[in-house]
Amino acid sequence: MSTDVKTPQVNTQPHTSDPKGVKLPIYMDNHATTPMDPRVLEEMLPYFMEKFGNAASRNHSFGWVAEEGVETARERIAKLVGATTKEIIFTSGATESDNLAIKGVAEMYREKGNHIITAVTEHKAVLDTCKRLEKYGYRVTYLPVQKDGLIDLDDLKRAMDDKTILVTIMFANNEIGVLQPVAEIGKLCHERGVIFHTDATQAVGKVPVDVIKQNIDLASISGHKMYGPKGVGALYVRRKNPRVQISAIIDGGGHERGMRSGTLNVPGIVGLGKACAIAHEEMPQESCRLAGLRNRLRDRIMNRLDEAYINGSTEHRLPGNLNISFAYVEGESLLMGINDIAVSSGSACTSATLEPSYVLKALGTGDDLAHSSIRFGIGRFNTEPEVDYVADRVIETVERLRELSPLYEMAKEGINLKDVKWAGE
Amino acid sequence: MSYSDKVIDHYNNPRNVGSMDKSSNDVGTGLVGAPECGDVMKLQIKVNRETNVIEDAKFKTFGCGSAIASSSLATEWVKGKTVDEALAIKNMDIVKELSLPPVKIHCSVLAEDAIRAAIGDWKKKQGVHTPVAAEAK
Repeated sequence: MSTDVKTPQVNTQPHTSDPKGVKLPIYMDNHATTPMDPRVLEEMLPYFMEKFGNAASRNHSFGWVAEEGVETARERIAKLVGATTKEIIFTSGATESDNLAIKGVAEMYREKGNHIITAVTEHKAVLDTCKRLEKYGYRVTYLPVQKDGLIDLDDLKRAMDDKTILVTIMFANNEIGVLQPVAEIGKLCHERGVIFHTDATQAVGKVPVDVIKQNIDLASISGHKMYGPKGVGALYVRRKNPRVQISAIIDGGGHERGMRSGTLNVPGIVGLGKACAIAHEEMPQESCRLAGLRNRLRDRIMNRLDEAYINGSTEHRLPGNLNISFAYVEGESLLMGINDIAVSSGSACTSATLEPSYVLKALGTGDDLAHSSIRFGIGRFNTEPEVDYVADRVIETVERLRELSPLYEMAKEGINLKDVKWAGE
Repeated sequence: MSYSDKVIDHYNNPRNVGSMDKSSNDVGTGLVGAPECGDVMKLQIKVNRETNVIEDAKFKTFGCGSAIASSSLATEWVKGKTVDEALAIKNMDIVKELSLPPVKIHCSVLAEDAIRAAIGDWKKKQGVHTPVAAEAK
């Protein structure tokens, strides 16, 4: 699924090499999407031409071979999140999984209640789904978050009532990478007989996800956020303690045990499965390496620039995520200055809505600092020389733009920008 | 979204960056926009009292590349013009020159506002009552 911060394309030709031997441009926007791991592609290739069968064809070997590929993938996904194979439903991606989980529960449990709880920092795939349900008579509570981006469990407790049927809180945030206390949320839900869905798009394959230990009933999973292909995802649907049922939103041939009709995207599913197998194998080392690179980037930038602020919890966070606001510098102009590096900004200028990041605003970050934010998403294929190059480019560009910034000048003159009566306000 | 070559040129080589003494009688200062909106432009002009010609202009801008380019271009254009000629600069002229896309038109509006605000400030210092500064809001 797409993320809410977008990177503008710059039509200048970026440099092609750097003295340090870094290959340009550098991709460091791994929350938007990840490049596919070559091992994933290799696994998928036979399923386009040779093993092209319809996994639902029961009467010939073409179908059986395709089905075998799908079932292997199902096992791999289930293993990565601690589920059983019958609990994995394939979809077109995490946006569909979020829709299916939320709308599916809403319809199935309509008799029981009409109240849903979510949080203001959720992805639009969750927020907009909830908004649509409000039109159909559901009640939705949007929990605020604390300064570090985490919800307050007491807020959640207070929000739950006897009409609450679903709590949907994301595992890891796509902008600031903060990890919600999912196990505790799930426990609170289970104590009250409420279903717990988590959009785990950014988390699966990056940090340990265990649906049993973390009391998760439904979890959305995406292929292209974990070095797998685009256009494929999955939804975990718990089968016991409690058994969760969902209504389908796509009707048809009754695939995926009636929960998601449509011919299976066999190559995509095989790719998602392989991506999960690799993640399962390599996560411990990879998360250490990525956290090391992230900390290196953070320290280099923070040591050399004043008035740079990290957005979101530094403790409960994805290893590859860094989100910094550079005061007095507008995010899009910063992106333009580092046009040989692909990162994202929470600046309004980079979004279609002309509103700065709602996630950062929810943390209490002022609009001015939300406009000044950059999201770095470090991934599997980033290297230490790349991190050093990015740090240097960011520092020099921020310094240059601050020399150009009237706000920086005013701040240095000792003017409190909050006290200024701005003409544009 | 892509930037025009002219926007990129102004972004990479902004003209007339800097500040002038805002307490000087010959200097008019316009500060428009707001940090919360993601754009703040400061545009200053130095006017010859005899001829009303803008002899120098400086800017500093917090904003996207198009905002930086619009204000950089504005300083280029006002230089050498009389105050009245400078007031005739319209935001659509800037849009045309920089090939700004529709979502960036507000950057050009802000640049026009900045010119008007700077001239308004200068006129106020000369004791001329004028509504242009207020219009800049």
